[in-house]
Amino acid sequence: MNTASQRDFLKSTDARVLEAQTPSSDHLVVGKERPLRLDSDRMLSPYQIAYKTYGTLNADKSNAILVEHALTGDQYVASPHPVTGKPGWWETMVGPGKPIDTDRFFVICPNVLGGCMGSTGPASVNAGTGKPWGIDFPVITIGDMVDAQVPLIDHLGIEQLFCVVGGSMGGMQVLEWAARHGDRVFTAVPIATAAWHSSQNIAFHEVGRQAVMADPNWAQGRYLDLGIEPRNGLAVARMAAHITYLSEEALQRKFGRSLQDLAAKSFSFNADFQVESYLRHQGSTFVDRFDANSYLYITRAIDYFDLAAEHGDVLANAFKGTKTRFCVVSFTSDWLYPTRESREIVQALNAVAANVSFVEVESDKGHDAFLLDEPELFATVRGFLNAAADKRGLKLAAERR
Amino acid sequence: MLAPNRAAGPHRVDHLLIAEMVKAGSRVLDVGCGDGALLQLLADTKNVDGRGIEVSRERVNACVARGLSVIQGDADRDLADYPDGAFDYAVLSLTIQATRSPKTVLEQLLRIGRYAIVSFPNFGHWQVRGALLLTGRMPVNENLPEAWYVSPNAHLCTIKDFADLCRIVNARVEQQVAFNASGQKLGTWLPLTVHNLMGEKAVFMLTRHGAA
Repeated sequence: MNTASQRDFLKSTDARVLEAQTPSSDHLVVGKERPLRLDSDRMLSPYQIAYKTYGTLNADKSNAILVEHALTGDQYVASPHPVTGKPGWWETMVGPGKPIDTDRFFVICPNVLGGCMGSTGPASVNAGTGKPWGIDFPVITIGDMVDAQVPLIDHLGIEQLFCVVGGSMGGMQVLEWAARHGDRVFTAVPIATAAWHSSQNIAFHEVGRQAVMADPNWAQGRYLDLGIEPRNGLAVARMAAHITYLSEEALQRKFGRSLQDLAAKSFSFNADFQVESYLRHQGSTFVDRFDANSYLYITRAIDYFDLAAEHGDVLANAFKGTKTRFCVVSFTSDWLYPTRESREIVQALNAVAANVSFVEVESDKGHDAFLLDEPELFATVRGFLNAAADKRGLKLAAERR
Repeated sequence: MLAPNRAAGPHRVDHLLIAEMVKAGSRVLDVGCGDGALLQLLADTKNVDGRGIEVSRERVNACVARGLSVIQGDADRDLADYPDGAFDYAVLSLTIQATRSPKTVLEQLLRIGRYAIVSFPNFGHWQVRGALLLTGRMPVNENLPEAWYVSPNAHLCTIKDFADLCRIVNARVEQQVAFNASGQKLGTWLPLTVHNLMGEKAVFMLTRHGAA
């Protein structure tokens, strides 16, 4: 964390702050005529949603798939990240000939409200003050993220999305889309997610937030004004969180007790073990591309997520009368959003006799499995989408070319 | 009706019969749907809105990958989640003998579906009786392929046993069909005792008394 020079910090910060305020991707400014009423009852206006699209929208606008990203994701689902230059975060899933086939479907991926890649969030400039929002930005919810995307779908002229798909927090947005705007969702694919955030998961988030806020460079959230940033705090938050994305088995297999470039223990607090070195790397690369306040806001939104509580404590009520076709996917070794939580979603959908498929994929890679090369996941998503596309009368990729 | 030569085709005779029983465009829940063969047949020939429950994860994944709406679950545990009358037909094909509590499962099927369709291997078939009588051991044959200690079958029954259970759970038998060893339907005019002796597999279509 303290190996890179101060100059490098500033360079990455600049590129990132630039992306947060003037994104290089497409973006929609939702003006004063359409203010967003947040779940907190505060109003947000104007605001901006940055997004990427892939593939071509067909003539009757029936082939659009909305991909929702997770906590630290962004709109660069299938193209290089403008700050890090790394490939898109779901290129195994989205692209030409991939399960979410951009030769057949029109893919939209927005950066969430509260994010830091161009959608309005704490790193954006508050039009009222001319300064970055910082922690004056209103606390938002998963439902707010979804409601903020509705004008984008309207702007693209899409009446009903063919599919809303996402993993982890992306899956929460999928559920919220189905609950709040069900008539605009033909199919929904919530992956590795839950209908509410468990106490243990809230606890992990709180550790992360406290790490950020304990960093003196957080400066009560005003670090952007001061030209500093809480790199150490955010890196520790990322390290702690990253452990929850893996599994004990995966960590053991990948690193065991192996030492990092050492013949013997150093009898110091350096990163002797490979696993320590790996986590420190995860932490330091993360802070190059992510805003610390965004991390606070988005983790908070996830903590607040409880779809049952929004519907009289009965999850099934969230889906009453739904016509959406669901495909729920979980992973055997995911302890952040374990299979039993996906099963609760399935039970609620069954209780309203919804059309639902449910697949538990066997994997030892933990929660992160949804982003990795998992052939069973790909076969499931491909099969489900293609069958639904046939039902909707969408042309095959070959016919569209 | 079913021509004998079709029994040799790719579809199971009980599946073909169920496909005849089910009305086009109806809602069907196939409990223990296996590889999805019946759901596929019903989708192809009857345009049904079909759903499946299957205990094996591999089979569920294969079903979903071919576009069928199937969830991983188990008849004993997961039927309670569905509301009353959610389906036109709740089907349990060659599965009831492998459930922990066949009576509860049957009651759930009758609650969930306007019709319940149940097929099962008949333990009263003359070959089964003969094997048990002559060898003194649990029969192993085409329909009951595993030895007792590895078989998933926990509650084998005869056609008469099942008819008794229908009375106990207050179900009305709308249709009862038995197939002989070559997959031919036995005449419906024949008495139950003959079905119980000559039928290798049976299919019952049931409703709740006072319903349908």
